[in-house]
Amino acid sequence: MKVAVCVKRIPDTAESEIKVDDTGKDIIKDKLAFIINEPDNYALEEALILREKSGGTVVLVSIGSKETEEVLRIGLAKGADEAVRIDNAGLAGSDAIVLAGVLAAYFRKEQFDLVFTGCIAQDTQDSQVGPALAQFLGWPHAMYAIRFENKDNEVVVRRELEGGSLEVKKLNRPCVVSFQTGGNAPRYASILGIRQARTKPLERLDIASLGLEQDEVGDTGSKTRLIKLYVPEVSSAAEILQGTVDEKVSKIATIIKEKGLL
Amino acid sequence: MSVTVLAEHRQGTIRDVTYEMLAAGRRLAHEMDGELEAVILGDDCEAMASELTRHAPRVVCGCHPALRYFSYETYQHVLLKLIKERKPAVFMLADSALGADLGPSLAVKLDAGIVSDVVDFHWTDNELVVSRGMYGGKLNADLSVKHSPAIVMVRQSFFRPEPIKIKGELVHYEVNADLETGLQTRHLGIEELSISGIDITKADILVGVGRGVKEEKNLEPVQEFADSIGAVLVGSRPVVDAGWLPKERQVGSSGKTVKPKLYIALGISGAFQHIAGMKGADTIIAVNKDPNAPIFAVADYGIVDDLHKVVPVLRKRLQEMKS
Ligand SMILES: Cc1cc2nc3c(=O)[nH]c(=O)nc-3n(C[C@H](O)[C@H](O)[C@H](O)COP(=O)(O)OP(=O)(O)OC[C@H]3O[C@@H](n4cnc5c(N)ncnc54)[C@H](O)[C@@H]3O)c2cc1C
Ligand SMILES: Nc1ncnc2c1ncn2[C@@H]1O[C@H](COP(=O)(O)O)[C@@H](O)[C@H]1O
Repeated sequence: MKVAVCVKRIPDTAESEIKVDDTGKDIIKDKLAFIINEPDNYALEEALILREKSGGTVVLVSIGSKETEEVLRIGLAKGADEAVRIDNAGLAGSDAIVLAGVLAAYFRKEQFDLVFTGCIAQDTQDSQVGPALAQFLGWPHAMYAIRFENKDNEVVVRRELEGGSLEVKKLNRPCVVSFQTGGNAPRYASILGIRQARTKPLERLDIASLGLEQDEVGDTGSKTRLIKLYVPEVSSAAEILQGTVDEKVSKIATIIKEKGLL
Repeated sequence: MSVTVLAEHRQGTIRDVTYEMLAAGRRLAHEMDGELEAVILGDDCEAMASELTRHAPRVVCGCHPALRYFSYETYQHVLLKLIKERKPAVFMLADSALGADLGPSLAVKLDAGIVSDVVDFHWTDNELVVSRGMYGGKLNADLSVKHSPAIVMVRQSFFRPEPIKIKGELVHYEVNADLETGLQTRHLGIEELSISGIDITKADILVGVGRGVKEEKNLEPVQEFADSIGAVLVGSRPVVDAGWLPKERQVGSSGKTVKPKLYIALGISGAFQHIAGMKGADTIIAVNKDPNAPIFAVADYGIVDDLHKVVPVLRKRLQEMKS
């Protein structure tokens, strides 16, 4: 079984203030740490589990700048066999559908049995790449997968619906499966893994080598155009209590008491 | 020029997001000087379609045995034809387990623009401009979308449904495509989330804990605090993903929707998927060390500080108060 896992390198913004840069179209990234998009870790884990059971190879695929190779090395250290970086030169302004098209161009060139993705990139939050990629390839897909079973010529996926119930679905192979978080426990890279990762193959491609023309991608290829990024206005903001921890807690306790909340 | 809203339903019931979309879609159609239309697909959806005529001026109802369960494949077959015939400028569907499975693949097939997590839209100078969330709710983005049509995936539990009651027209749409052969996927069933412990939707006081708690061992003092005030401990998705709390304790769109008297959110950033599950609480108190955390937009009271410092003091103070 040859399995690809699409991974994205994203800034870790959960606990940092985000500032929009002067262009108004991007965030200031110099003080941010970068990580593998979290759902992609679950997708990778699922691929590694599958390989442990039924053999084969796991290939990481990412569209990004040179720095993306740092997260690809982490994925290789966790156990992926090979990595491919599609350089993002010429891709500025590409929307999720265009990026799915770029990935599709790669998957048309190479033979894979399965392509795994995360369900959402936690920075731009499109949740479009997996299903769109499948459609470009003419393959079936499943979004928000949390369980995956490989059968003879097909796969069985449990995908999460609202309220936590699961839809059980059978898909022909090859197919694209987009993983939600929580279905497994992503492993950490071992010291040995990190050492081995240094010598594992990391291929570099660009859009020309995938047979794509510049006007199919970027701004011109995209049907959505970013106008600006901004901090959303909040209509009803909380009353923020001031003072030392003791003072703030006392105020909360008084409110809870007065409102009879306990 | 029209706005078409894809109605979402499950097990014979129209989901709330449908009414939310119809309210938002009506405003957009008005701006466009256009019409609003709802589309409902299913195996036997007459009753639901006629219910929708009270909320939309026109409801297109397509019934076929193969549409019994949602599948992006069968829906796509029907909708590609329907969209080509009816030519809406905007096709609206929920950013949901259904919408995210269907929308992007529909966009590829139609060669149409698509935006996710949409929270606002305007029609200006014959152009659709939408606002959407990014970065866990910390930023919004405005985008323009080409309309051929424009596919808009609307955030759930965001727009307010309108209690209007009209008498719309019901249009039967003949689904005569072959929906049984050549399928690449098959629906095998639904597994409901089983509840073995406490039903969190019934509790009056909930203490919600998020990734800010950092480690499993830090959950202990939080659990003790919850116990001391007679609250049930619940969590955001990452806490459940990590296995620190069972799935039935997850609050949010892919967990439970709760409406307690008091919800105390500890180290929860306030992503909309979490907020969707708890914004109905009477009083919300949030503790987060990040003053810009989106949770403070829905909370009534906020403490900007380290939860590990706040929790022991809060426990002590509330206990004193009780005795
Ligand atoms: C389809 C889908 C469905 C989803 N369904 C759900 C759902 O049902 N429920 C849900 O919760 N999420 C859901 N999510 C995930 C959601 O998008 C967020 O990722 C998640 O809610 C974030 O959880 P969090 O706030 O605990 O973690 P984070 O966003 O990482 O936030 C942690 C917070 O803790 C604060 N913090 C850190 N340390 C401290 C400290 N010492 N003291 C105080 N504060 C501290 C940080 O400032 C930060 O704000 C869903 C996502 C998708 C894509
Ligand atoms: N630049 C990228 N390179 C490789 N894979 C990506 C990239 N962007 C998104 N993906 C994949 O698509 C999934 C969904 O992303 P999105 O549709 O952008 O929210 C991610 O979890 C990744 O698996």
